[in-house]
Parts: sequence; C-alpha cells; structure tokens
Amino acid sequence: GPTSPPFQRRRGQDSSTGDLMPMPTSPPTDVLSPRLVPTVPPNEVDMSSPLMYGTPSSRVEGTPRSGVRGTPARQRPDLGSVSKAPQVDLQSEPPSADGAVASEANAGQRLVIWGTDVNVGTCKEKFQADFILCVVGDPVLNVNCLHVQSFDAELYRQLICYPQEVIPTFDMAVNELFFERFPDSILEYQIQVRPYNALKTRNMRNLNPEDIDQLITISGMVIRTSQLIPEMQEAFFQCQVCAFSTRVEVDRGRIAEPAVCRHCNTTHSLALVHNRSLFSDKQMIKIQESPDDMPAGQTPHTTVVYAHNDLVDKVQPGDRINITGVYRAVPMRANPRQSNVKSVYKTHIDVIHFRKTDEKRLHGLDDAEQKLFTEERVQTLKELAAKPDVYERLASALAPSIYEHEDIKKGILLQLFGGTRKDFSQTGRGNFRADVNILLCGDPGTSKSQLLQYVFNLVPRGQYTSGKGSSAVGLTAYVMKDPETRQLVLQTGALVLSDNGICCIDEFDKMSDSTRSVLHEVMEQQTLSIAKAGIICQLNARTSVLAAANPIESQWNPKKTTIENIQLPHTLLSRFDLIFLMLDPQDEAYDRRLAHHLVSLYYQSEEQLEEEFLDMAMLRDYIAYARTYINPKLSEEASQALIEAYVDMRKIGSGRGMVSAYPRQLESLIRLAEAHSKVRFSEKVETIDVEEAKRLHREALKQSATDPRTGFVDISILTTGMSATARKRREEVAQALKKVIQAKGKTPAMKYHTLLEDLRRQSETAITKEMFDEALRALSDEDYLTVTGKTVRLLA
Amino acid sequence: MPSTDDWLNNPLGVVEGMFAASQNTPNSGWAAKAVAFFKDRLKEKDAHTWVPSLNDVPLHYLKPNSLVKFRCFIQDMFDPEFYMGTYEAVDPSTKAKVLRCGKYKDVTECGVDFNSRSTMTAERHTFYCVPIPGESPWVKEGYAGSSQARVVPSTSYAPTRQKRSYEEDDDDMDTDTQPQKQREPHTGPHSPTEPHGNGDCKRREKEAPSSQAASASHLDLNFPLPGEKGPSCLLKVYEEWDGFKLNEAVEVFGILSVSPALSALADEDASSSLLDPAGGMETAEEQRVHSPPASLVPRLHMLHAKPLPHNNPLLPAAGLEDNNSAFLSSTLREMAAVRAELLAYFTHVLLGDALAAEYLILHLVSNVYTRRDVLPLGKFTLNLSGCPAVASFTERFYQIIQQLVPSSYYLGMTLQNMNQMRLVPKKDYVANRLLSGALQLATNTSLFLDESQLEQGQLDTTGVRNVTALGNLISWQKVDYDFSYHQMEFPCNINVLIASEGRSLLPSDCQIHLQSQVAPPDLEAYLGGIQVHPQASQLNKFRMYLSVARQLDYSIADEVTKSVEDDFVDMRKDDPQSISAEDLHRMLVVARLLSLSLGQTSLSRDSWLRAKHVEMLRRSRMEQNKIWLRALLYLCHSKVDALGEPRLGEAGHLDHGALDLGKGGNHSAAVAVGGRRAEAALHL
Repeated sequence: GPTSPPFQRRRGQDSSTGDLMPMPTSPPTDVLSPRLVPTVPPNEVDMSSPLMYGTPSSRVEGTPRSGVRGTPARQRPDLGSVSKAPQVDLQSEPPSADGAVASEANAGQRLVIWGTDVNVGTCKEKFQADFILCVVGDPVLNVNCLHVQSFDAELYRQLICYPQEVIPTFDMAVNELFFERFPDSILEYQIQVRPYNALKTRNMRNLNPEDIDQLITISGMVIRTSQLIPEMQEAFFQCQVCAFSTRVEVDRGRIAEPAVCRHCNTTHSLALVHNRSLFSDKQMIKIQESPDDMPAGQTPHTTVVYAHNDLVDKVQPGDRINITGVYRAVPMRANPRQSNVKSVYKTHIDVIHFRKTDEKRLHGLDDAEQKLFTEERVQTLKELAAKPDVYERLASALAPSIYEHEDIKKGILLQLFGGTRKDFSQTGRGNFRADVNILLCGDPGTSKSQLLQYVFNLVPRGQYTSGKGSSAVGLTAYVMKDPETRQLVLQTGALVLSDNGICCIDEFDKMSDSTRSVLHEVMEQQTLSIAKAGIICQLNARTSVLAAANPIESQWNPKKTTIENIQLPHTLLSRFDLIFLMLDPQDEAYDRRLAHHLVSLYYQSEEQLEEEFLDMAMLRDYIAYARTYINPKLSEEASQALIEAYVDMRKIGSGRGMVSAYPRQLESLIRLAEAHSKVRFSEKVETIDVEEAKRLHREALKQSATDPRTGFVDISILTTGMSATARKRREEVAQALKKVIQAKGKTPAMKYHTLLEDLRRQSETAITKEMFDEALRALSDEDYLTVTGKTVRLLA
Repeated sequence: MPSTDDWLNNPLGVVEGMFAASQNTPNSGWAAKAVAFFKDRLKEKDAHTWVPSLNDVPLHYLKPNSLVKFRCFIQDMFDPEFYMGTYEAVDPSTKAKVLRCGKYKDVTECGVDFNSRSTMTAERHTFYCVPIPGESPWVKEGYAGSSQARVVPSTSYAPTRQKRSYEEDDDDMDTDTQPQKQREPHTGPHSPTEPHGNGDCKRREKEAPSSQAASASHLDLNFPLPGEKGPSCLLKVYEEWDGFKLNEAVEVFGILSVSPALSALADEDASSSLLDPAGGMETAEEQRVHSPPASLVPRLHMLHAKPLPHNNPLLPAAGLEDNNSAFLSSTLREMAAVRAELLAYFTHVLLGDALAAEYLILHLVSNVYTRRDVLPLGKFTLNLSGCPAVASFTERFYQIIQQLVPSSYYLGMTLQNMNQMRLVPKKDYVANRLLSGALQLATNTSLFLDESQLEQGQLDTTGVRNVTALGNLISWQKVDYDFSYHQMEFPCNINVLIASEGRSLLPSDCQIHLQSQVAPPDLEAYLGGIQVHPQASQLNKFRMYLSVARQLDYSIADEVTKSVEDDFVDMRKDDPQSISAEDLHRMLVVARLLSLSLGQTSLSRDSWLRAKHVEMLRRSRMEQNKIWLRALLYLCHSKVDALGEPRLGEAGHLDHGALDLGKGGNHSAAVAVGGRRAEAALHL
C-alpha cells in the first residue's frame, strides 16, 4: 500500500497514546470498508457514466433505491486520500475480502477506529437535534467541536489528532442515523460532517510541525483566491486498439499511466479520456493573519488553503474568516534525476469548514466578536470591576499622557463601552442607536488629536481619518471594478469599517459639506445607503463617532456660542451626545499640576508609570469583555430617575419660555447610564448610573451650550443653532427695522447703507452689520421686503 | 576542539560533529551547544573581525559553507518554513543508512529516505535582509577597514567559482579566475566611477559578467531607497525568531549557502508547476522572490545575531553599557570641547547663524527614547526655514550631514517625487512580499527633506498620501504600511530635518528661520568656500560625538523638576498666552538635548536656563517676523475700522493666511495676500 509521509510517524511516536496506535500505513479501505460496504452500491454502469461528473444526482435517478443505497457518497478531497472514494475500493477489491484483511493486518489501527466508532454510536443521541435541519439545506452537518468536547473529551482529542480517520466515521454514523429515521429520503449526496471551532483555535503564527495532519481552526483574512482548478480524482483510460477501458486513481497528484492493456496486451495503447475521468473542484486560497492578533513590529504570515467541492468560491479576498481544516505538509517531490533535494516542506491547509467573521457585520444582526478570555483573565477583570472606584480608575488609565480633562476622558470611556443595543424594528422604529457620539472642540494644541490617536489605537475596530483629507467616498463606500474578473466590488470606507468600533475624525470642521452630510444618516440611523453603479444597498455602520473640531478663528472665542465658534450645522451637532470644550483654563493651580504632569513624562521611568496606571492591554480586555457579555437593562428606579431628570431638564427652560431638552437628550441619558453600568459589569442600570449620566451630560452642556450673552445653559444653541435670547434679539431688531422703514413712508426702494445708518441712529444698542443682515433676512422671510444687491425694495 | 580555521571555514563540520556525537545520548541538546560554541568563539578578543563580511567582500570571494557576517536590515519576513531537521539517507560509499542533520543547510545530501521513521520536521523562519538603507560611505569604509578576515585564499578560490558557476558562461570563468587587479581595465567601461573603496570592487564584479547583469535586472532586490546597491540575502533563523522585528538593524553571523543546486531546483519547480496546475500554489513572481538564484541572493543560515545599538564603526561595537566606562568617561570629558568645534563648523556652514547651528546640533542628537501611549518622546523634527534659494545650498548642506551621521537619505520634495515615489511600503500579494518604500528606514536614520524643491502644482492621490505619510512620520514617528485590506502601523525612529524657504507645509517640532550673516550678492562665493570636507581627525571626532550623545542616559533630579514647574507657573502668571503646554513640551526636549549635547546625563539648573534662553531667542526671532506683519494687519484693520464696518473678525480671519506666509519670512507674498484680503474686506 502507499506509505504515509514520515512526519505522520513521528507524530505517532510523540503522541501520548502510544498504546493506541502506530499510524495507518495501509490503504484506507482496510479501515473503512467494513462499515462502508452496505452504503455503496457496486454499480459499475453508473460509475462509468459520463454524466457522473458534475451531476451526481443523475446517478440516483437511474437506479431508484431507497435509503442509504440511493444516495451517492460524495468524495471528500478535503480529507485526502484516506477517505477518498470508497467506490473505487470496491472495484479493486472484492468486498468479501475486506474483513479478513482488516482483522489480520491492522489490529492496532482498528483500535482507534473501533474505539471512536463506539463513541460515535453513543453520540447519535446528541446529533439528533441538529439532524432535522440538514434535511432542508445542503446535506452538510456542521458540528461544533466544543460540543463534542463537552460530550466526550476523549472523542474530541481523537477528532483533533486524527481527523482523517475520525471524520469519515462521523459521516457514517450520521448517514446511518439519518437513513434509519428517514429511509425514503434521497439526498444529493450523503451527509458530510463538517466540524468547526476546534478548541485549539490558534493564531496562524503558532502553527508548528506538531500540528501537521491535525484538525486546526485559525482565523485570518483572505487575500487571494485562485481560479477554479478541476482536480482529477480518477483517470479514465481507453485502449485505442480494443476499446477496453480502465480507471486509475490519482495518487498524491500523480497518475500511474498503465503501460500495457490488460485486455489485448498491446503496449502503450491506452489514452486518457478526459470526459470520462472524474474531477473535483479545487481552489487555492491564501489567507493572511488578521492584524488584530499580531505581535508589533512583525509582518503578517500567510498560509495556503485548499478548498474543495462546494467550499470553492465561498470566500472573497478581503473576507475575514475562521477556517477549520487539516494542516498538511508535503515534502518537495523527490526527483529521480537529482540526488539532492530541497529539505523544505510545502505546507497548506485542506479546509473543512469556513466561517466568515465579518459577514454579519455587513448584513445581519448584532454579533459581538468572540474574544476568548482565560479564566484568570476574567477573574482579574471581575476583581477590577468590583472595586468601588473602577470608573475613575479606568478613566485615568485612558491616555495617561494627556493631562486632566477628567470629564472628557470619562465621556470617552462611556463611549468605548456603549449603550445596550435594542431592536425596535417591530414597532417600526428600527434599530435604536446604542453608540455614543462625542465631539471635542477647542483651541488648537490642546491634545485633541492625541486623544483621538489614543482611542484609535486602543479599540480593535478603530478608524482614524482626518476631515481635511477624506471625501464622502472614503468615509462611506465606493464601487470598484475588479481588473481581473470585471466584477463590481464594493469597497467599504472608514465608517463601515469601524462598524462596532469607533471612527475618529480629526479636523471635523475642515470637512466638506457633502462629506458631512453622509454623517447625518450614520450618526442617527447607523446605516449607510449606497446607490452607485447599479449597486443599491444599505450597509450597517453602527459606529461611534469621536470627532475633534477647531474653532473657525484660530482661538476659541468665549464670547460666541459653540455653533458660532466651529461653524458646524446644528443638525449635525445635535447628533452628538456629548460636546466637550477643551480649553486652556488659565489658572495657577492648574498650571502647576500640568507642569508636574508634563515634566514627569520626561523623567519617570517606564515602570513607575506602569504602576500608576492600568496598562492598555488590560483596559482593552476590560472593554471587550464588557461589550461582549454585559447587557444592562433599566431597573425600575433607574427609569424613574431618568424620567425625573428629563422633566427637570424641560422645566429649567420652560421658566424662561424656551425648550431646554428634547427626546434626543433623554436617549443620550439612557445610553450614558447603560454604558456606566457596563463599566461596573452590572446587568442592571441603577440610580447611580443615571446620576453619573446626568452629571456628565450636564457638564458637557455647561461647556458647550452656555449662552455667552446670558450665561445660562441653553440647549437650543445646539438643537437650532441659535440661543433663545439671540432669536429674541433678532426679532427685536427686525421689528425696529420695520418701524424705521414704515417711518420713511412710501419709498419703495432704499439704499442699503442709508437704511443701516438710519437704524443705527434710532437704536439704543449697537447694531452690527450681521444683526442688520439678519433682520433684513427675517423681514424678507415675511415677504415684507426683498434685497437685491445694494437696494432694498418693499413688497406691496 | 576544532581549530580556528575549522570553525571559520567549515562551521558545518563543527555542527555535524556535535550532531554525530549526540546520537548516542538522547536529549543532549546538541543544537543549543553548537550555538553556544560559536557564540563563545566570537566573544574572544577581535574574533569577529576575522569573519569576512558580506558587506565588503564580493560574494564570489567567499567560500561556500564558511562562516560569514552581514551587517543588515530586516526588510521583510517571509512565512515560516518546515524542513527536515533530521533525516535518514543512504551513504553512497558504504550503502549504509546514516542519520543526517538538516539544520543550517538548504539541500539534503544523497538519497533521502522520505519514509524513514527517524525523520524529524523542524521549523525555521526566513527574513529578507538588505544592507542598512542609506548607510553613509564613511561607515562602509570604516567597517571594511577594520576587518582582518583573510579572504581570497588562492587555493580555495577557483573551486569556489566552479561551484557557483551555474549562472555563468565559460568566458566569465576565465576572466574571473584572474586576480582582481588585472581585470580592472577589462571591466572598466562598465563600471561606475565612484570614488570610494572596497564596496566598489564588489559592484564591478557583479556588473561585469553580462549574463549576470541580465539576470539581475529582472530581479528587483527590493531596496528601500532608490539607487541602493549591495548584497541582499535570505536569512534563515533557527531559534528565537520572535525576538526579531521588521526594520531592525542586526549583525548576523552565519553559514553562507550559495549552492547552485538551489537555483536548479527552483527552475525545475517553476517549470513543473506549469505542467501541474494543482501543484502550482506559487505564482512565478512569488517563486522569483522567494527563491531567487543563490548567486545573487545568497542564503545565510544564522548561528548568532546581535542587534546593532548604533552603526558607527568608530564606537565600541557593544554600545556604551558594559565594560566601556573608560571609553565613556574619556569621551564625556571631551564632549563640551568637541561641541564647541562642531558649533563653529555648523555656524560656518549655516551662513554664520549660530542659533540655527545650535538647533542643528540638538536635532542631530535627538532620539525617540520612549513612547507614552501614542506619544513618542524625545523626537525633535527641525524645520530650517529661510534657506537661500540658491540651488546648491540644500544639497551641500545634506552632504555635510551625510558625512557626520551613519545613515541618511536626501528626499527632494519635488512634485514629481511626491507624486511618483513609493514612500510607504506596500504588500504585494501576488509576489507575496513587502514592496519597500523610502520610509522603511532603520532607527536613527537622518531623513533630509528638501522642501525648497517643491514648486506650485497639483498633488495627485499618491502625492497627498505621501505628504500625509510624511506628516504622520513627523508627528507620531510611525509609518502605516499598506496591506491593501488594512494598514499596519510600524513605529520608527527617524530624525527628520526639513529645509525650506518659507515655513514648511509639514508639521515640525521646532522651526527656526535662518538668518544669513552673508549679504546676498556674496552668497554664491560664500557657498563655494564652505569647507565641505574638514580634516579627517576632526570629522571622526564629530561622528563619535554625535553617536555618543544620542545614546546617553538622562534623568531629571527632583529639585530641578520643582524649579522647572515653578518657572512654568511664573511664566504663565505673567502672560498666559506666552507659553502653552506644547511649548513646555518643547522646552523639556530642548533641555534634554542640550544637556546630552554637553555630555551631562542629568538636567542641571544651568542647562534649563540655557534651554529657556535658547528658546526665547528662537521665539523672538519668529516674533520679529511677525511684528512686521502685525503692522500690516493693523493697517488693514484700521482701514476697515475707519469705515465703521464690523467685519473685523472676518478680515482678521482671512489674514491668517498672510500671517502664515509672513511667519515663513515670505514677506512680499504676505504683503500681496494681506493687501488683497484687506481690499476684499473693504469691498464687502
């Protein structure tokens, strides 16, 4: 029989289960055929049919049978030659001989197979639940290895170590069970078991020679896919002289061409007939280590993966996937002409199961990325969460090199945790935004960019972009034609890429209006609609936006409102939950602390700082854990507190005849409260969370929505772009102007300048040109007058 | 124990001897012992100078399978490789099966029994290494001069050539076996006329044989900087590969493998993959990149590697930490004196501007010594504005810097360069390698950006990306490598010096406007008279000084901390606008660099005051530029005010453009812009 590559043996020796086995060295038939005999019809006519390739079901039609016998077994090239083609084996060896051969030669191996087989038998019960599903879809049964492990650790170990033998055994068990229960059903081909999530889920970097021929699960990103490669499984030869035909099985990529026709004894008369040979689909896929699990300062590794049959064309370059498969190493072919060979193996993975990790990101519902934490890590995280000052601790661990700005850091911390995701699509509201958006404004050089950079580096799905350089296309998505396939491909931009993450936008004020307009949809509906080049779709962009804006004048003007300072449309501003000002406070105590902080940056050693702050990795894990596992709900008291808070906010304004809070503010409060309870690892939002949310929200408002003219906090600055007093004043000026015009009597047209002079003379307060323009605009809105160039005309 | 010659000329023999001896004792750990053996040998006094270096000895003068060293830069990391660590083979003479060791070798010998039970698979990693990018000629010469390796042993030379001859035709064989001196006239017309030493012969050697030149041309050796030359090699690493990082400069000791069998095998693979599509998992490009002909890209099997803390041949190789206290203390004593000389020299070069010279020294000794979360500390990017528009000035200035620092690169920021050059390394997935870019540089390389070359025009997408990359490099000391589907951030430590006429469009830590003490008419004459090459002994002093200053440790005592804080608070009390947090950052860096440049390893009160003073001088110079502009602005404003138009805010805002121009010293442009804007404001 064919001999297995040397490394298999070594593995056999290394493995702790020396009593169980040396590895199989004989043809797979010996192992499998005792059980497979009944499942495969010895149907010579069927097999040689030219229709067989590509249309397996046709075989069934020809020979109506029931149960197992009617469903052809499909080859599993993913498992290599061992599991390949029981049909072929039947031809070469009479079934009756099998038992004898097996019992004689390979008692050792059978131990494994029999051993697992017994277990498979007991597994059946467990498989039944899943089983119903597979009647509907493809005849494929995906098995989570984790379940296998919790069911039977020994079976799991065998599955991992000897997938080539154990998976076919699973196939048999499932098929038996299936046809036992549904004896009349006919499937396209027999059910195949696809295990996934082998617990030793690893990084590509950790693959080492020990993993060869074992079942592994690794994550990575597809970077290249090849064309479809038809791989010959079985060659069909026909004698040119007597038309006698024969089949030759492909053995590790080689076909042993028969030199002599068995029938007529002519030499070299056999020719390969392609149409009647058996092919299977194969595709080479290259995957690359995902950037998230790479050590710093190294380049990502790549691995070659082979997909077979229906797994071909399942993934596209750019997809992030988890693949489960068998790791293989093939020695460079020995060449008879050459005595020296390269001492290197080529490695690849035969894929058994793909799982896209980002598929749901674009289309489906929420699926937080599975990040595995060790028990100890979870323990440390929980211990940290139990500390009463965890909130303050985490906030100070955030960007420790940036001085103070406690509240801003707290706000960003809550943004990192985010609210609880809710789905109101039933009631027509759609998704409810759970992400917190924050805007930082302030003087240049107040380390806004640095804060953004820090956040971008902290979160796994962060994107950093500058308003100056990015276009709407770069932010959203664009359609590109693949030069090779001429296929249109949707390339996603920063906002989509940071779905479930944070999109940091620096120089927000420098962004062009069209770019900014796409943010409207993203920041409230959290989707992105694209209608371009025939592609119409809506992508999820559930991203938190952390933006930084500089004042229009180089320095923040405290006499102006936020809107006037940064010149952003209020429609956009109102979508930010928190707007902070980062200003230079200019007081001595602050200066002293700042100086101390900066100087210490330059002289403290690395270790000293480590002690003071939590490290970045810890913070990152803490956030990831909370985001994945904690979904706080509002408690009764918290709801009451929120209602009160909202009512209070409304009341403040009502006294002065203005609206001081909108439902959007209430939603912000809820999100912040939820995020705060996530910080505590609490499943329930309690009153303290609401208190903190209220405090933070108030702080932010105090900074950004204070009317510089009155000193009051006025939410309408942010919601309508103008404070209530300013509006009132505008109204007054307009009325005054109207009076001036009316006093002039019947003059249909007036000079702009003279009118301004007149108004100035009459008014007690100083009238600026802006005020005058505004008043004119207000009056023209009333259809009282119109302004053309330098003349003002009255409308009848 | 093997003799010296053995471990130098036949290191594989040593390894195999240890392997054979270990066969009877399982778990002997022979591999570790072998590595330790070579490490010990190399520790001996001067031992490392006996090892020939790939950097300065032409490849074909080196004996295959001998121990060589290579001072190199890790440009790319390939995928890990599984190889036969131990295998069983048939000895052709005795026909007996023997166990062989596959470590440190590329090919197996004799008939391998693939099915043997004793085959052991092991893992090794391959790094693609190139000479340190931008290495100055004086560094190459310095290292080559200190080598005591005996190369070109006449006995082993000819056979070497034969073994390597796969790529070459018979004509070359004849000429090549002749001594180098006689060949020179023959190859003369082909060779570039560059003035310096040993590195050149290698190039001539390489370019001379026509067949080789042809094969080299289709092979892109992927050097980070355009126009670089030198050997590149595939470094095979057998242990602790995780310790290596991309862009690290290391000195590697390893076994040279140039077996022609490798190329033969590669060719065969390529041809067979055409016939067998299923086996062709590697594209032709990939094949070419990952197994180039060994005669062009030799393989180096690593026995020992040490990171290079610096690349200055004048300094002790080990760095300053251990056992060099004598050297250190003597250098420290001299530092102040050398600094004064250097300052005088720079003042002379910078048209008599002592303040700019002072800042130039600070810039050259700067170094990112640590990072606090995303913030790199210690970087000091200098923008030297006001460079005279005479074309030769910046180039001359760069030449002077180049002969003082171990590695440097001059990037003329012409529109064409910006729009066409690949600055950021990019992953090529077809060939499966990292295409290098000009910003893939080793630690402490001096990058000289000549912005005076930039003219008006359109930057295209690549140009914008390149400028962004430069900005990121300066602000965060990192380069985002382009992996198509994502970007990956690689921290770096590059001294960026921007020479420009006005203020640079790139960010910088510090800008200083050059104040020429030379009258413009005399400028050409003055520039011509600048001593580009000072005396060698003085040059070496400068070189040593800069390298040492950069490596010194530094601390701030508590008392000084206190006084620095007090100073800051006081300054803010007087005028909060006068100093911001950013200014304090800069002053702390200036103080640090000033102390180090004087050879002081802790901040003293004096140095702090001096730093403050220097900063004040620089700022007042910037103010002077501004004052003049203020006058102009005032004029505009008063005109606006006179009309009683309340558009002051807008006018002020508009004038910031003019202000920026004025800051850069571009007065005439500022007047023009300011004037136009003022008019615009007047005309509603």
